Amino acid sequence: MLDLEFMRLAFGAGIVVGLLAPAVGFFLVQRRLSLIGDGIGHVAFAGVALGYLLNLPLVLTALAVSIAGALSIETLRARRTAAGDQALALVFYTGIAGGVVLVSAAGALNVNLFQFLFGSILTVTRSDLAVIAGLGAAALLLIALLYRLLVAVVVDEEGARVAGLPVSLLNALTAALAAVTIALSMRVVGILLIAALMVLPVIAAARIAWSMRSTMVLAMGIGLASVLTGITVAYYADLPPGGTTVLVAAAAVLVAEPIGALRR
Amino acid sequence: MSFAYGHGPLVLRDVELEVERGEFVAIAGPNGGGKTTLLRLVLGLEEPASGQIELAAERLAYLPQRAQAGVDAPVTVRELVAAGRAPRARFLGPLRQADREAVREAIERVGLETQADRRLSTLSGGQQQRAFIAKALAADPELLVLDEPTTGVDVEAQESLAALLEQLHRELDVTILYVSHEFGAVERFVERIVLVRGEVVFDGAPADLPGVWHDPSHAHA
Repeated sequence: MLDLEFMRLAFGAGIVVGLLAPAVGFFLVQRRLSLIGDGIGHVAFAGVALGYLLNLPLVLTALAVSIAGALSIETLRARRTAAGDQALALVFYTGIAGGVVLVSAAGALNVNLFQFLFGSILTVTRSDLAVIAGLGAAALLLIALLYRLLVAVVVDEEGARVAGLPVSLLNALTAALAAVTIALSMRVVGILLIAALMVLPVIAAARIAWSMRSTMVLAMGIGLASVLTGITVAYYADLPPGGTTVLVAAAAVLVAEPIGALRR
Repeated sequence: MSFAYGHGPLVLRDVELEVERGEFVAIAGPNGGGKTTLLRLVLGLEEPASGQIELAAERLAYLPQRAQAGVDAPVTVRELVAAGRAPRARFLGPLRQADREAVREAIERVGLETQADRRLSTLSGGQQQRAFIAKALAADPELLVLDEPTTGVDVEAQESLAALLEQLHRELDVTILYVSHEFGAVERFVERIVLVRGEVVFDGAPADLPGVWHDPSHAHA
């Protein structure tokens, strides 16, 4: 399997996304924003459509539009002009509707789009992998450096604000990290399933972990194992890799539940 | 100073209050009387509609009402307290030795050293409140603000929380604002009670509190 270059590239991209998605998702789950990944995913769809229309690299347009969408959700939420779920709904549906209109204008309502909706990890190129690995490593490094501050905000947001931490900046950064993760993960699991890879490993890890730090590390391990298992099973059983990966992650939650119950 | 939420009616009207450094002040009054709002104004979480608030203290610590953490992840006592140290530590990278020491001291001060690496959710209500107080102390605050810290805590734990606050006030010279709709044990330790019911209706020593207001949760007279 690994003597095929497209499989090596697939595993390379999968490793980065498998580690990054739960690391970012960890902070979203703690802040009860599990579904924000879904919202940004729909916005990323509009970004892909914009790329088709303007004939620009799709990952870059998806990245730019996702970051813009993520920051607007965060701004609406922070200013309390809309409740968290309403802010999400607004951006969510504007994204998907904008995407449909743009993609139809570009005359690209065809099978190519499926690659982005459901993932196409087997078509990752060397230059794709370079972008995914570079941005992914930078995002993971940023999370490692800011870990304590990000934890201080998720543990007690108002307490952190009163104590003088730059809470708004850190929240905007978390939203931007989520957008970057989604733009990078589109090829691996697809826009419709990326949120699952950010959230399910964290839910599984929280069942069995004994601290915040162990939850995060375990979630990254489960994310990585899910992607590697998903790609391998998909290769031998001729299944779609994105969907298979997410099913493995969902299975991890089901396995973690009784283990956690035994420990308690 | 006055305050209203949005274009609603005034929640606080012409409140004038001066708190000296090192005071231990209890703020009491019925539910909906504006106690929490007053705290949030002091902490800069809300802006007054008119008037102004001056704060000499720079290092603030706030224990919100029904503080909760680790609902979705198993946060340990040490992790919670370390989060409180964040404003005083360097922003990037792991905690330095001196900061870890400060975290350990804060945990010892509230008597949770044997529970330091246990998950917060496995502790009793009173112990959880102690953990949050340790979190506040880890930032070495000049002003400590507690909103209804004894809600949902049994009477025995209330007594020991009150004794802990009195000890912290004595040993650390920290200014404490303590909000509650009932006092219980803390009444013995505070130097000053402020009764808030949309405005300040009493401000003085607990001994001078008119009998009819002695149970401030029923201060309708």
